[in-house]
Amino acid sequence: MKCDRCNRPAVVHQLVIKDGNKHEMHLCEAHAAEAGIPNPGKHPVNELMSSLTTQVKSAGMPTCKGCGCTLTDIRKSSRFGCPQCYDAFGQATEALVRSAQGGSSQHVGRAPLGQAPENQSQYESQRLVQELDRAVRAEQYERAAEIKSKLADLADQRPSKKEDTK
Amino acid sequence: MSHPKDHPSKDDADVVLTSRARLARNLSGMPFVHLASETQLHAIIDKAKQGLAAAEETEQTNWIDLEETDALHRRLLYERHLISRPHADANGPRGVAVAQDAMLSIMVNEEDHVRMHALGTGLTPRNCFDRIKKLDEAMQASAEWAFHPRWGFQSACPTNVGTAVRFSAMLHLPGLRLTGELDKVRQAAKDLHLAVRGYYGEGSESSGNFYQVSNQITLGCSEDELLDRFRETIVPGIIEYERAARRMLLKQSATQLEDRVHRDLAVLQSARRVKVDEAMRRLSMIRLGCCTGLLDGPPLDLVNGLFQQVQTGHLQQLTNRTLTPEEAQIARADLLRARLSNA
Repeated sequence: MKCDRCNRPAVVHQLVIKDGNKHEMHLCEAHAAEAGIPNPGKHPVNELMSSLTTQVKSAGMPTCKGCGCTLTDIRKSSRFGCPQCYDAFGQATEALVRSAQGGSSQHVGRAPLGQAPENQSQYESQRLVQELDRAVRAEQYERAAEIKSKLADLADQRPSKKEDTK
Repeated sequence: MSHPKDHPSKDDADVVLTSRARLARNLSGMPFVHLASETQLHAIIDKAKQGLAAAEETEQTNWIDLEETDALHRRLLYERHLISRPHADANGPRGVAVAQDAMLSIMVNEEDHVRMHALGTGLTPRNCFDRIKKLDEAMQASAEWAFHPRWGFQSACPTNVGTAVRFSAMLHLPGLRLTGELDKVRQAAKDLHLAVRGYYGEGSESSGNFYQVSNQITLGCSEDELLDRFRETIVPGIIEYERAARRMLLKQSATQLEDRVHRDLAVLQSARRVKVDEAMRRLSMIRLGCCTGLLDGPPLDLVNGLFQQVQTGHLQQLTNRTLTPEEAQIARADLLRARLSNA
């Protein structure tokens, strides 16, 4: 079919119903642009969908700046995309980790060299005191002696750690 | 803090085959493996190799590029518990560094950038952990691990975050299986947040009545707390339960059990074709016979070794060729007759 305004092939076909009257319009690429009608052939469907998804993502759904993952991606694969994801999804991260870790949501234990936080040795000390209490109540005196020795080791280590960090 | 070393003891050998400790680590500033591009996967390998080179005084390892390794050798590494099944079967840039004694391996680009495993005989999780802990510290001279003050060592899967440490023990539980008590152990393990898996870990079935028991929780408890609980409470509890089941079997059906273990030994001493499942099943009963005194021989160490040697990859290495299923059954029977006939 030819363009209504020239002899070039029509690429845009529009049906307009006005005052009960039907009016068909067939335009070539140049005349369609002149009339301000977008040419859908220039934007394949997947491209349109992709740009639409990106707009939706940027509008409402939080996205990790490190890897571009959304929460849906993480839930679908049950895996984070990169270390930054842990901070990118706030409460959702907490819910995911808690459900995988029996309710726990605070690391206790080793840290990379030079990063050992003081509160971890405090936690370990509190834990050992509780364990000591349980062992004494259960009359497990050998175990209690072991725990006391661990507590003494921990107390010995503290001042030297502080000196190291000076 | 000082902790007592494990003392590998024959006392637990009736139930415990091996122990293992695993650490998962990821490099900071990199996407996790499943989202990494090929270029990034190569960069992760380079960084891990630099870390291993920095740790050379602690552990000397040999690097195996799994992308360049044929299926037969990948299978062999898997059968020796040096790599996981997914790591053996995956595509793309990945590898494993193996220590000279083959009791320590470092998988690169498995689910996490780096996964270190140390294996030990008997109930020795502390020795295993000490080994990977030293390696982990030595690698940090070159590698910077992704770490979050709240979530600990960051991993792709939330089930591994925190300490990212997993302790496991390979336990032989034929008594619990025969007395039908195994489901109770599974339920109790679930309540204690333990995973009970098959002979080859996650996703594998039990074979030869071997079960791998490991901690599921990695966050909220220190490494030492997890280890103490595993070493001092959990595994000894299961060992005692298994021994009680064996005592009950010996008390209530000693003749049937004695008949069965002797029959299983006799079959493997004379069979000409043996499938792997059958070999594992009969070896399991022979092992039970050795540990309960119902059999005078073969030696326990020989039987323990056979569980691995009867696997197809090992038979292929022994015969130095790829075997059809029928050929593997014949090679397996030949091996078993040779090893057990004079036992």
